[in-house]
Amino acid sequence: MTTAARDDRQATGRRKLWGHQNRTLWFWVFVGPFVLGLGIFTYIPLGWSVYLSFFDAHNTVTPSDFVGFGNYTAMLQNEAFTDSLWTFLVFSLFIVPATYALSLALALMVHRQRRAQAFFRSVFFLPAACSYVVAALIWKMSIFNGVRFGLANTVLGWFGGDQIAWLSTTDPPWYWAVIVTVRLWLQAGFYMVLFLAGLQRISPTLYEAAAVDGARPGWQVFRHITFPQLKATSVAVVLLLVINAFQAFDEFYNLLSDSRGYPPYARPPLVYLYYTALGQGQNLGLGSAGAVLLALIIAVVTVGQAKWFGLGKKEAE
Amino acid sequence: MRDDSRVRAGRALRLSLLIALAFLFLIPFYLLVRNGLSAESDITSPEWTFFPSSLRWGNVKELFDDTSVPFARSLLNSSLIAVATTLGTLLLASLAGYGLARIPYRHANKVFYAILGTLMVPASVTFVPSFVLVSSLGWVSTLRGLIVPTLFSAFACFVFRQYFLGFPRELEDAARVDGLGYWRTYWRVVVPNSRPVFAAVGTIVFIGAWNSFLWPLVIGQDRNAWTVQVALSSFTTSQVIRLHELFIAAAVSIVPLLVVFLFFQRWIVAGVERSGIDD
Repeated sequence: MTTAARDDRQATGRRKLWGHQNRTLWFWVFVGPFVLGLGIFTYIPLGWSVYLSFFDAHNTVTPSDFVGFGNYTAMLQNEAFTDSLWTFLVFSLFIVPATYALSLALALMVHRQRRAQAFFRSVFFLPAACSYVVAALIWKMSIFNGVRFGLANTVLGWFGGDQIAWLSTTDPPWYWAVIVTVRLWLQAGFYMVLFLAGLQRISPTLYEAAAVDGARPGWQVFRHITFPQLKATSVAVVLLLVINAFQAFDEFYNLLSDSRGYPPYARPPLVYLYYTALGQGQNLGLGSAGAVLLALIIAVVTVGQAKWFGLGKKEAE
Repeated sequence: MRDDSRVRAGRALRLSLLIALAFLFLIPFYLLVRNGLSAESDITSPEWTFFPSSLRWGNVKELFDDTSVPFARSLLNSSLIAVATTLGTLLLASLAGYGLARIPYRHANKVFYAILGTLMVPASVTFVPSFVLVSSLGWVSTLRGLIVPTLFSAFACFVFRQYFLGFPRELEDAARVDGLGYWRTYWRVVVPNSRPVFAAVGTIVFIGAWNSFLWPLVIGQDRNAWTVQVALSSFTTSQVIRLHELFIAAAVSIVPLLVVFLFFQRWIVAGVERSGIDD
């Protein structure tokens, strides 16, 4: 009897530890600190940003003059801001397809390469460890230097080409070649890894079935088996590429600005915001309005893209 | 027979293409080291050559001796920030991920969506209001201001939650039979059996923290609070540039990262595969 009673008491003790009454408490012990921090450092700034965007706030974080949607209309009528959106658009039209094609091609080649596969994967992935600041330095001061000692101009010289002032001329806009290649180098390897993961999940029986059906290895198999099977990966890659392009800051800032400041062209939205909010004017109200607009645009683009690709269905499950 | 030779030709073509691309991908690293170990005249020479005329290891010493450049200080700052951010993120995000995955709570889904929702708002768009908040706390140009706001990574939390959802329940049941509560089960059973995911997330967070630029640029206004990236950037945009010093500084700045990266590469790949972003 007594042992049974003790067992019983132990059982209740255990049930208490794992039981219903303590779960809420333990949930918050685990999740609480994270949620609290996220609230303070993400939700509060977000809310504050929306609040500040309705005020005139120069050089101050405690606004006084309510201006309603004044900052928003000023921002949308500001040519520099709309130009920055065009810059983003042009940039993503270059970088999204280029990165997509290069990373998929690398993944297909590395996947089929048996010997030294790990070596090639590491080499293509290695730039992912490099910062945009360092990469921009190499591109600006060594490869695409406008004067004669740059590598690109040296190579052009071998083929009898004329020297190009890569970063200091807007017409023709050679700086796009510099900006696009630096990002391509830095991020292609990362997306290649995503594609490699996708390729590994394709069942070999599909390829066997295709061979039985007489599909020729190469283009036909790629078009009818590999590419459709990679659809989920492709969607994720394109989404990430667009979101990341929207956030471009580091390479633009480091490639184009110098001791005289930033040139008036090729300012993506974040660079523009940086100078508006934290530049000489410290116009935090206007900067906040720009940040809110940008967040809204990113949200609309992301949700639109996800809907278009039919991603929402999976999350609803 | 003809097919056979065609396959072989295809293979050779692919291999040579891969070698050519690998060469292109490695050139920037080579240039970094080449210029860093050259005399300045070798970098700016109009007659550019693949190999510099001499290797100058003294450049490293010159960099650290140069008092006009707070390079050693910025290395120290970056190290402190990267280590603290990595440890803090692992602790906070793994606890939250475990709670969300394993502790039944009525509103757990709402909490999860509130966390996921912040992924939609990129951190770089909130830098203006975050700057306002951090400056009103008086944290501008402090390590606190550089570290604390970055500790709450929804991405890391998401990866941990997905991982813990797939964690074998039998192991936890064994701990339960031994009378362990959530807290001790977590520390004694779950964490020791989850080293790969901690390594994967930790590596990604470490690299991100070491390489991050916009936030340190905004917050590190005082030279003493510069990170390596901000210091390098300020050299490239300054008027007087000693190119060989700049390049050797950049080369030194990627050494710790390359070590971490090559050592943990396996886990990054596994982490990317497990993060479920392409599922």
